[in-house]
Amino acid sequence: MNLLPRVGVGLAAPLLAIVVAGLVTSLVLIGVGDSVAEFWGVMFTVPSARLTVGIVNGASILYLSGLAAAVAFRMNLFNIGVEGQYRVATFAAAYFAGQALLPGYLNTVVTICVAMVVGAAWAGIAAILRVTRGVSEVISTIMLNAIAGGLVAYLLRELGDQQGQIRRTTTIPESSWVGGIPLIPGESSRVYGLAVLAVVAGIAFAVILNRTRFGFDLRATGRSETAAVASGVNVKRMVVSAMLLSGAVAGLIGMLDLFGNSHAYGSTIQVGVGFTGIAVALLGRNNPVGIALGALVFAFLSAQSNALGIEAGISPEIVAVTQGVIVLSVVIAYEVVRRYQVRIEQRDVARALERDRAREAGALS
Amino acid sequence: MSDTATAAVRLQGIVKRFPGVVANHDVEVTVRPGTVHALVGENGAGKSTLMKILYGVQKPDEGSIEIDGQTVVLATPADAIARGIGMVFQHFQLADNLSVLENVVLGAEKRHGIGDAARREIHRISAEYGFDLDPDELVETLGVGARQRVEILKVLYRGARIIILDEPTAVLVPQEVEALFANLRELKREGHTLIFISHKLDEVLAIADEITVLRRGATVATVRPADVTSHDLAELMVGSELPSPSTEESTVTDRVVLEVRDLRVEDKVGRALLSDVTLRIRAGEVVGIAGVEGNGQTELVEAVVGIRRPSTGTVQMLDADVTAWGTRRRRAAGVGYIPEDRQRHGLLLDAPLWENRVLGHQTRAPSMHGYWIDRHGAVADSKRIVAEYDVRTPGVNTTARALSGGNQQKFIVGREMSGDPVLLVASHPTRGVDVGAQAAIWDQIREARRRGLAVLLVSADLDELIGLSDSIRVILRGRLVGTFDPHTVTPQELGSAKTGAGDEAVVDEATVRR
Repeated sequence: MNLLPRVGVGLAAPLLAIVVAGLVTSLVLIGVGDSVAEFWGVMFTVPSARLTVGIVNGASILYLSGLAAAVAFRMNLFNIGVEGQYRVATFAAAYFAGQALLPGYLNTVVTICVAMVVGAAWAGIAAILRVTRGVSEVISTIMLNAIAGGLVAYLLRELGDQQGQIRRTTTIPESSWVGGIPLIPGESSRVYGLAVLAVVAGIAFAVILNRTRFGFDLRATGRSETAAVASGVNVKRMVVSAMLLSGAVAGLIGMLDLFGNSHAYGSTIQVGVGFTGIAVALLGRNNPVGIALGALVFAFLSAQSNALGIEAGISPEIVAVTQGVIVLSVVIAYEVVRRYQVRIEQRDVARALERDRAREAGALS
Repeated sequence: MSDTATAAVRLQGIVKRFPGVVANHDVEVTVRPGTVHALVGENGAGKSTLMKILYGVQKPDEGSIEIDGQTVVLATPADAIARGIGMVFQHFQLADNLSVLENVVLGAEKRHGIGDAARREIHRISAEYGFDLDPDELVETLGVGARQRVEILKVLYRGARIIILDEPTAVLVPQEVEALFANLRELKREGHTLIFISHKLDEVLAIADEITVLRRGATVATVRPADVTSHDLAELMVGSELPSPSTEESTVTDRVVLEVRDLRVEDKVGRALLSDVTLRIRAGEVVGIAGVEGNGQTELVEAVVGIRRPSTGTVQMLDADVTAWGTRRRRAAGVGYIPEDRQRHGLLLDAPLWENRVLGHQTRAPSMHGYWIDRHGAVADSKRIVAEYDVRTPGVNTTARALSGGNQQKFIVGREMSGDPVLLVASHPTRGVDVGAQAAIWDQIREARRRGLAVLLVSADLDELIGLSDSIRVILRGRLVGTFDPHTVTPQELGSAKTGAGDEAVVDEATVRR
């Protein structure tokens, strides 16, 4: 009986946040003198088939990025370094795959493993600093992002090939490419074949976190480190494991585009995915289904915004404001809803107590 | 009680629908000026809530508050302070690294500044009531009793005439309690009104002029100490017959379950928190640890459970040397652990009860199936605990946070007694639970003891220590300084051993036992 309203309030928070973000965006538009009606007209156009595929692709990448952030968040570890881990891992993977040391899909599979290991290793630096020297992972991962950018740029110059204006790693042999999945009949653009990685990772995330001892220990540590220690969790080991896992998932982010589209690491690599993933994880409340919805919302907004400049004469950057406000308001909305739920629950407990008392009083008389 | 017109405090028809825990209702309290008025009741009877209402921390949903005959609305503690109400909290709110003066003037700088005027005022108050406090001494150098006097002084400094003392004796040893009472009588003589919250009935009878009894959120009676015995009071509090923790015949066997040898635990800078601790607990034996809080009980418990690494010494469980084992391995080997701070160490407050059933039992059935969480098993076993230990909750999907402290504790005890532990390490197992549940927990521990459970019991409740233990060890400054037979020991003897007052006799007994 109580379940329905609770699910309701759970959904209310993100919806409320999106509405608030819409209002704020509208206010900004009015303030600048742009047309609010045209903005929403463009944003709510039914996306074309090509755009829909683009949204699904964008969402898949954001989903992996959100998962990577969420693994650490569930343990109260703030891995701000998903971006760096993703860049380093994608570069390493592209370079490795380009060497064509292995034939066909074996190359693909091993490359994906390389990406995960490199992503994990990069995150592992922050984990080791934290458990041995007590360095906050927030600081170290931010620093490591900067280092990752420099390192990859340097290695690209040293190891990459010059192709016209740009430098890129050796193109991966075609036998290792992963073809797209046709989503909409008659549409030529396709969904990344490796989007299945996102699905697999999402399911693995849910199962590991909710069903295994490791997942329980991880969540317990996130909820109360002291209680986790008393229950026998080795917190240092958990910090390392969670960071490694987070980095490994971050390593997967770049694989979709690498094997499905670009086939090399170059200056065209998508920048900022790791940071957007943090926002997506927040929006989705570190929950595998929630992150998927959050990724879709973000990908939808980004994709729809492309038409703003052409059709409404509004700079597409305004959508970044919308996305930012969504994240800000969702954090507030979740806290409001959390307090509300605690109140509902305490009221239920009080009712149960009252019932007990009434029964006891009845039994006494 | 008849001269209500001049009452210092009058609470009428107070109702507080405080969600979840205990609601106040039908509260009628009249405190005459210049008296000590005691408010007694079990833990969770609503004393603290009521006092928070009077101190402006919480607003009542219904009812009226009169101070000196005037109806008032107290929205914040600042309102209450302005009306001359002061509160001395059970947990001291002092900054250790500041002086007495600094602690007192903090937040009341406008009264007498922060310099010599304030110092003179502190001297004056201290002298007037015999507090014996030096304004320039650092609080960290003060003992518990003196810290409490600083708290009272703080309240007086802010001009309080009505002073609420929330369980002021909970942290004191018997000798300190006497000193506190002398201070309180002095305050009364000067015309202050004192509201004294307690559940220690002998103390209440010794100090109070009038006693109001709270039961399940409502005031049930107001009596004069001359008219009642502590037994009467207890029955008013509980509303039924009283349990007692007495043990029956000894069930101690020869099988040693826990053997701690020459244990030394150090803090980060190498100071000893525990030294030369040697302890042996056999199957079927309860060893009680008595001591003033902060004398190494926490460290001893944590060393036995494996949270804290000893610098020297060994811990042996059954036939295994477990000194190098982590907490998980020890718990898997059958150590039940009821932590001192249940909310920080015993529960995941935002997780449902059934997940809390898994906590600390991540390696064992019924909550786990190998490496996998057995949700059905955990839910079913949580329901069993809820039923057997009378945990008041709508269900096992309720989060632990929503339960009252006593019910949280009952759930923890139930969980730690599950799966037939061989050793139970229990810190204050019945702290904060009501009398009925206390009796049930004592019964459970006794029952398990009969089946061969070894128990390390740390408690501040002397009745509990004496009633459950087969032998009582006293801990003082990190050392086990004495052994007592619970059948013959008196609370006074334990009290002086805890403070190091009766060292000689104690050492004798300890050597005899070795």
